[in-house]
Amino acid sequence: MATVKLPTQLRDAAGGATEAKASGGTVGEVLEALYAEHGELRERISDSDGGLRRFVNVYLRGEDIRFLDGLDTEVGEGDEVTILPAVAGGA
Amino acid sequence: MPADALKCKECQTTYPLEARYVCDRCFGPLEVAYAPLTSTPEELKRRIQAGPHTLWRYADFLPLEGTARSALPTGWTPLVKADRLAARLGLGEVWVKNETANPTHSFKDRVVSVALARAQELGFQTIACASTGNLANAVAAHAAAAGLPAYVLIPADLEEAKILATGAYGANVVAIKGNYDAVNRLCTELAGDRADWAFVNVNVRPYYAEGSKTLGFEVAEQLGWELPDRVVAPVASGSLFTKIARAFEEWIDCGLLTGELPTMNGAQAEGCSPVAQAFAAGTPVCRPVKPDTIAKSLAIGNPADGPYAVELAQKTGGGVDSVNDDEIRAGIRLLAETTGIFTETAGGVTTATLAKLATRGDIDPSERVVLCITGDGLKTIDAVRGTFEVTEIEPRVEAFDAQFAVGAVA
Repeated sequence: MATVKLPTQLRDAAGGATEAKASGGTVGEVLEALYAEHGELRERISDSDGGLRRFVNVYLRGEDIRFLDGLDTEVGEGDEVTILPAVAGGA
Repeated sequence: MPADALKCKECQTTYPLEARYVCDRCFGPLEVAYAPLTSTPEELKRRIQAGPHTLWRYADFLPLEGTARSALPTGWTPLVKADRLAARLGLGEVWVKNETANPTHSFKDRVVSVALARAQELGFQTIACASTGNLANAVAAHAAAAGLPAYVLIPADLEEAKILATGAYGANVVAIKGNYDAVNRLCTELAGDRADWAFVNVNVRPYYAEGSKTLGFEVAEQLGWELPDRVVAPVASGSLFTKIARAFEEWIDCGLLTGELPTMNGAQAEGCSPVAQAFAAGTPVCRPVKPDTIAKSLAIGNPADGPYAVELAQKTGGGVDSVNDDEIRAGIRLLAETTGIFTETAGGVTTATLAKLATRGDIDPSERVVLCITGDGLKTIDAVRGTFEVTEIEPRVEAFDAQFAVGAVA
């Protein structure tokens, strides 16, 4: 079972929760389990092809999954998956 | 031009003008949208010219409710005609926008001025930021001038000069064990849970980003209300690069300028070039990278406005290029010895990119080119260490003459 940390922008779609438990062998499967629990999140996070929306970043144990295997990245028991808006920071 | 909403750049959903930076529906970035102008270009020009010699002369184009002012005046930096640089590169007309002349020696004073003014209007009492250094200096200084506490989060490996020039203002300096993208991620998480803190480049980012437009406004006004043919500017997150073009667009739309957008050339360091790589691949999708470059102020591996920077370069017939560390050092030297302006590594990137475009023959000699020099060389002093020799002698005339004979020209 992984813990998915939700950004403020998504909490209303998850009944106000700041995090949720979801199981799955990969990041993609964990997200699917999350959508099964909170249906509204699917449309907010994923695009029409099942990928992530352009401005959604997902981290596994603090590492951007694009440096790992993307949605196919393996998730271990007790891992933390963090969803954050991509748009921040600047120069 | 009163701001009337925050609008999602992706799906156009609008939101009230509050501390909000991302679209709840699609996570797209929010940008300030303005009501149509009711003034004529002549009236606008008169108001600008009657304004202070700071960025607040452009208040008609900034997202503040009240009269804008700041305790640390910013902007109206020199636009210098760089004939010796142009001659060296075989170009016709080059101007340098010298942003080192701002209060904390970088263009970041602009974005912080606007973010802080808006944060105060919204009632925030604490100012914070994720920074690669220049922003840290600016947030610390402007918060001090306004009498507000500041929290500045930086990567732990930042240049010492930037850390010292932040702590000097009494800011809380927090060094994060990670790169800028890790700092940024942490600030994004913190901003969600500290509703009473204004993170200038996170929760008040739409206002912050508007500050960069004033660089573009100044360039056009200083050129005698004309557009340049080409702009070369650094790209880190892509925000400055895209907002310079937005400034020109707004002034074309309201009749203050006539003509087309300039060719926009972005400059990145090879060791952190996600936007240049995306441009080369012909896609706006910027794959994040782990930065490894001496240009730490541009070391954003996960650029928020990267896709828009690529699209802008494509749309204007420009590009996004990258240069290596040796080219960066040579760029710093080239600018310094032809203009007298000593820039930090980011300016080395920008100057080296101009040189690259010139060498490649991309720039027509008839073009009027503006080079945006965004920060001061004293902040990255290590970059020039070992690039020249100091002659050490005894304090005797003969010793001096032995090295520098009378009549000889160095």
